[in-house]
Amino acid sequence: MTTMSNTDFVKRRTAFSTLLTVLSAMASRPSGLVGLILVAFHIVLAIVSPVIAPYDFRELSAQIILNEPSSEHWFGTDNLGRDVFTRTMLGGRQALLVTTISTILAITWGGLLGVLLGLVGGRLDELLMRLVDAFLCLPWILVLLLIVVMVGPGPAVLIPTLGFFYGIPVIRMARAATHDVVALDFVTAARARGETRSTIVRRELLPNVLDVLLVEGAMRWSWMLLAFSSLSFLGFGVAPPTPDWGLMISDARSFMSLAPWAALAPVAALSSLIIGINLTADGLAKALGIDRAQKAPV
Amino acid sequence: MREPLVQVTNLGIGFTSRVGVTMPILRNINLAIGEGETIGLVGESGCGKSTLALAMMGYLKSGLSVLEGESLFRGRNVFDMDKRALEGIRGGELALIPQNAGQSLTPTSRIGRQIDESVKLHTSLAKEQRHERVIELLLQVRLPQPEELLKRYPHELSGGQQQRAAIAMALAGEPDVLLLDEPTTGLDVTTQAHILELLRNLAAETGTAMVYVSHDLGAIARVSDRIAVMYAGELVLEGPARQVLKQPVHPYARGLLLSIPRLKEAVVPASMPGRPPLPGGAGQGCGFADRCPMVEQRCRDKRPTLEPTATQEFVRCHFHERVEQLPSPEPPKRPDRSSQDEMDSILQFNDVAISYAKPGIVDQILGRQPNVTPTIDKIDLTIRRGETFGLVGESGSGKSTILRAIAGLWPPQSGTITYEEAESLNTSVEERSNDLLRCIQLIFQNPDASLNPRHTVAEIVAQPLKLYFGLGGDELRERSVALLEQVRLRADYLERLPSQLSGGEKQRVAVARAFAAEPKLVLCDEVTSALDVSVQAAVLNLLIQLQVDQGTTYVFVSHDLAVVRALADRVAVLYQGRLCEIGPSENVYRFPSHPYTEVLLGAVLEPDPDAEPTLTAEDVADLFPPARGCPFQRRCPRNIGDICNNETPPWRPAEFGHAIRCHIPLDELRSLQ
Repeated sequence: MTTMSNTDFVKRRTAFSTLLTVLSAMASRPSGLVGLILVAFHIVLAIVSPVIAPYDFRELSAQIILNEPSSEHWFGTDNLGRDVFTRTMLGGRQALLVTTISTILAITWGGLLGVLLGLVGGRLDELLMRLVDAFLCLPWILVLLLIVVMVGPGPAVLIPTLGFFYGIPVIRMARAATHDVVALDFVTAARARGETRSTIVRRELLPNVLDVLLVEGAMRWSWMLLAFSSLSFLGFGVAPPTPDWGLMISDARSFMSLAPWAALAPVAALSSLIIGINLTADGLAKALGIDRAQKAPV
Repeated sequence: MREPLVQVTNLGIGFTSRVGVTMPILRNINLAIGEGETIGLVGESGCGKSTLALAMMGYLKSGLSVLEGESLFRGRNVFDMDKRALEGIRGGELALIPQNAGQSLTPTSRIGRQIDESVKLHTSLAKEQRHERVIELLLQVRLPQPEELLKRYPHELSGGQQQRAAIAMALAGEPDVLLLDEPTTGLDVTTQAHILELLRNLAAETGTAMVYVSHDLGAIARVSDRIAVMYAGELVLEGPARQVLKQPVHPYARGLLLSIPRLKEAVVPASMPGRPPLPGGAGQGCGFADRCPMVEQRCRDKRPTLEPTATQEFVRCHFHERVEQLPSPEPPKRPDRSSQDEMDSILQFNDVAISYAKPGIVDQILGRQPNVTPTIDKIDLTIRRGETFGLVGESGSGKSTILRAIAGLWPPQSGTITYEEAESLNTSVEERSNDLLRCIQLIFQNPDASLNPRHTVAEIVAQPLKLYFGLGGDELRERSVALLEQVRLRADYLERLPSQLSGGEKQRVAVARAFAAEPKLVLCDEVTSALDVSVQAAVLNLLIQLQVDQGTTYVFVSHDLAVVRALADRVAVLYQGRLCEIGPSENVYRFPSHPYTEVLLGAVLEPDPDAEPTLTAEDVADLFPPARGCPFQRRCPRNIGDICNNETPPWRPAEFGHAIRCHIPLDELRSLQ
């Protein structure tokens, strides 16, 4: 194969201009616009929150335990007298960081393997797909708990674990999308030309399943956020002084009747992010012309 | 004159964009359909013919709206009717027969029940009477053994039978007008001819008026009393069928007729330059101005109106008196074939059999081949260097399978294919050398599927150049531009995506990609069947030009006998994966000796009011080739009994390398025909 520099004249549509087109198509629908705004808001907040947070998230105060929302503490205080507003602002950082990296991992390995299986077919495909079926039968949260208990918590464990498990349904998705493309004549043409398998995957198949993978990735991302928050809720995600929505909900649960704000704030934050991601995924699917009703994953 | 059944007056239909700009799809349509009259609506894809037909029953696709005018059915405007009134006439007085009957029938419901539902909806018959009526309808559409057929599911019928069942459903309401939207497109030639005969007879028997929509002038010519030619959302010519076909007074209609290849002569038809304006994109002047051979300034400034002529037609052209004087186009030059006998072979088939059956687990363990009759069997052929070899046959005859075997996509089960008298082609793609792969290139039927929608034209054309010649940088660009020039596309097409090209342009890019490899042998798989006729002619001309320049050999597969006639030097006729006849196309077409060739040629429809198809065989194709005897035994009109059913017929050689495979001696066959 010749190198990329030889294809200079082949004017690539720049990734940036494509991104702009897709984004503007998404923003043209109200639901897509709302989704994009929510996701962007959360990402920006996660980046700037350490700078703009009004209080220190560790600051305890015995005088202001379970205080109602006030002008000083917008979302009130929790059972240890910490500012709920500050903690809610900061509580998505870990979750976003871990799930974003895990999503990219899951889409990459699951997508590549799925496309390859879709192209090659045969016995390897048959065998691996049965394995995928078997994996999909497992109760995930239990498996995740088991791993965390055995290996220990923390992002270093959670990122690869989530990335691995959430890549499995992606395999199936990518394989199905590839099957639709492989039947088309341009793939036959590439085979008849004598292109290598890796070229066929890279040039002919991947560009045509990429949009399906992107939408799938957005969906997986929201699932992963829920899983991560569930782990935190159960005490296996983020270690205590670090603020995290799952953990905050868990802590505030016992005082729900006394101080509902301490639980409501992280719940609202988490739901708004997940709704935002789902709306984005929907908008993305529509902007890319994929009918999610038909191609709904497992 | 009595009031017409359907009267379309100054109808304009279009869509309105979000910023409030209206884009007309149909403009100023005037058309009247009298009782018992059949009108053929003809035009290329996107000209609005289906939209017009559907508008006659008050149906508009979503986003479309009536901009002006009206469409009356029995004096009532269908666009003023409420839902209930429309339901009353649709399917009853005004019935539609869609293009693909296989998709319009419910797959989970038996044929009898589906037709019964139509009868129930449109009549007040009791149950037993309805059953009789269903049988009657099935007999009316000439379906054999109706009692048996009632119990079948749609997938158990052949394409032709499905279309007949759909016609029976439409007839259930005893309609006054039948709207037929490309009812025979996609069917085999023999099936198509049979359906058209049926429609003609039905029109005569029942006095039903018909609106026959098609891109195929041959089919239109066969059924229509009057023909309306549409272009870019306008009616450009309307008149008695004979008049329109014999002496078209609109330059578009004339060009369209000239671009259709004919069976009688081996001439590549003239192509029409340019492409129609996009839907809604026609400007101020005449919509055809950009492609018209006699265009003048007036055509661009002022849109012509539909004027009556002396010969009872209506034409939309400023200068229609001059159309007849237009010079006949010069037919393109074909490569000189005088020294044909001396040409050596480029491809040799020796008793080739191809099977799609996969060996089961037991067979795999025992290492034996599955005991099934192969899809393709006993193929002996020699294809000579520099010629165009045509392979014809109905769908399922194995034409494309043979191409796939040559290309190494599905190697043969037994026998040998030899390339250039030396190299074996029994190998799959992976086992072939780069140079061999380069020498044999494929062009596919549908450029929408054969061009990767994510790649620009530059990327598509560059791929074989990089793969086979390792080109890069300026050299690659120069070569790409030169290739596009060869297929008559400008260099600025390099940056476009396939979705930004018209059908013909896409196919040109596919041709450029094949020729980028500098091949010796090009396999053309129905390369023009997805294209409009005016574009088809241009692609055929391009293929011939490339052959003259580069001496390429073509294996040209098509179901369209006229196209093969225009291009091929020699022809092989395939039935059920077996060869029936082979020879120089001149001889095969002039003296059709094999009964199957005779049937095929008899069913070809030409845009000629005097041409009448001869239908001698049933149109129902067999699903599997028979295990013994002649493959054509079951449908053969000249079957002479046991010998045909039990023994494989011998090759009977005629002059100039022409040979047929039949039990009946040549002289006898010839005297029979």
